[in-house]
Amino acid sequence: MPIDKRVEFAKALDGVSDGATVFITGFGGAGFPNKLIRALAERGPKNLTLVVNSSTHRYSLTHELIANDQVRKVICTAARGHDKEPSPFETRWMDGKIELEMVPQGSFTERIRAGGAGIPAFYTPVGFGTELAQRKEVRRFGDRDYVLEHAISGDLALVRADTADRTGNLVFNYAQMNFGPVMASAAKLSVAEVRTVSDELLPRERIQLPGMYVDRVVAV
Amino acid sequence: MSALNRLQITWRAAQDIEDGQVVNLGIGLPVHCSDYLRPEVDVILQSENGVIGVGPLAAKDKADPDLVDAGSRRITLRPGASIVDSSWSFAMIRGGHIDVTILGAFEVAANGDLANWDMRVPNRGPLVGGAMDLAACAREVRVIMEHVTRKGAPRLLEKCALPLTAVKCVTRVYTDLAVVDVTSSGFVVREMVEISRADLQNKTGAPLTFAPDCKTLTAPAIVEQP
Repeated sequence: MPIDKRVEFAKALDGVSDGATVFITGFGGAGFPNKLIRALAERGPKNLTLVVNSSTHRYSLTHELIANDQVRKVICTAARGHDKEPSPFETRWMDGKIELEMVPQGSFTERIRAGGAGIPAFYTPVGFGTELAQRKEVRRFGDRDYVLEHAISGDLALVRADTADRTGNLVFNYAQMNFGPVMASAAKLSVAEVRTVSDELLPRERIQLPGMYVDRVVAV
Repeated sequence: MSALNRLQITWRAAQDIEDGQVVNLGIGLPVHCSDYLRPEVDVILQSENGVIGVGPLAAKDKADPDLVDAGSRRITLRPGASIVDSSWSFAMIRGGHIDVTILGAFEVAANGDLANWDMRVPNRGPLVGGAMDLAACAREVRVIMEHVTRKGAPRLLEKCALPLTAVKCVTRVYTDLAVVDVTSSGFVVREMVEISRADLQNKTGAPLTFAPDCKTLTAPAIVEQP
């Protein structure tokens, strides 16, 4: 049977349950899968761990999951709200209702890449001598100290892209790409939200993420 | 004394960027360095979100919401630009492929320690972004900041009080009062505005030495937008 990863939007998140670790793409205003984020909020699984660059971004709907009290922990690089009032994340974090793991952005993306690439942990010079490396293993290679960072893998990736084909191949618009490739590779189930699904299979030289990493495609 | 305004500090930092370098400009004030490069200088501006070859800001009617830099500014691409994913972008940074990064800071210590990510603002979540990666791994880390805080406390210190971004990484600091190198023997003033050495030392939290050829720090008039 020909591979076909296109699904109805209503079935995009079938099988997602409580306690899932969920990757959400997006950075710098580009690449937020907002329709899927809202669908996850409506579906309502609880005790989620979110792996997302920002707990709150002006153009992302991630905060809706947090305001819904569906989230137990956030692994991110930015946990600051953008308004004068504290964000839904900040109020819950200050009240001790939500756990925060703050990670330097390069270690964040590399931990996810490692999760999808069969590498359990790696050493990086980033963070050495700082609060974010407290309680982490340190090892010296040559004349420099490195911090051990562990891979992150997860249950679900919500990925925003521009164009897909029926086999799940993805093309991104400009800086939409950001965490899409690594997050799709590190999740058991990857769902792509795209502007359009091409009737023709995408030409090889345009494909930025091979469809083998993508399980479901929805056009929005 | 004619202290530099913030854009003039940026101008001064831009004068040291050399032709052909790969440069990452921090979010906020440092991105304005690209407006003041010397005319003969052509550089590749890298942004953490994977844009290799950031061009000028986009005109409102031509902006694409997906064509942004790490600071969410809608940009254009320079000819020859490319875009990679985040893990490649940071492999580039960690791997030492960025010649110079120019970052804002709260504090710099005489051994080059940098504090620029967490001001310990009450009731606000922390935000590290790519600051630690850039500070730890760019081949050269230069800092733009005001010489003292709004309350007049020095920002150039023996030891940072705020949480560190990276250890022993800063090589040069541009302030409204001076250009200061971080050397193995501490802070060395290369340029300073027309104040006394004693006054500059009073505004600094660690001993200064003055380069034998210490020059007057000046910049062209640049009006800061309010």
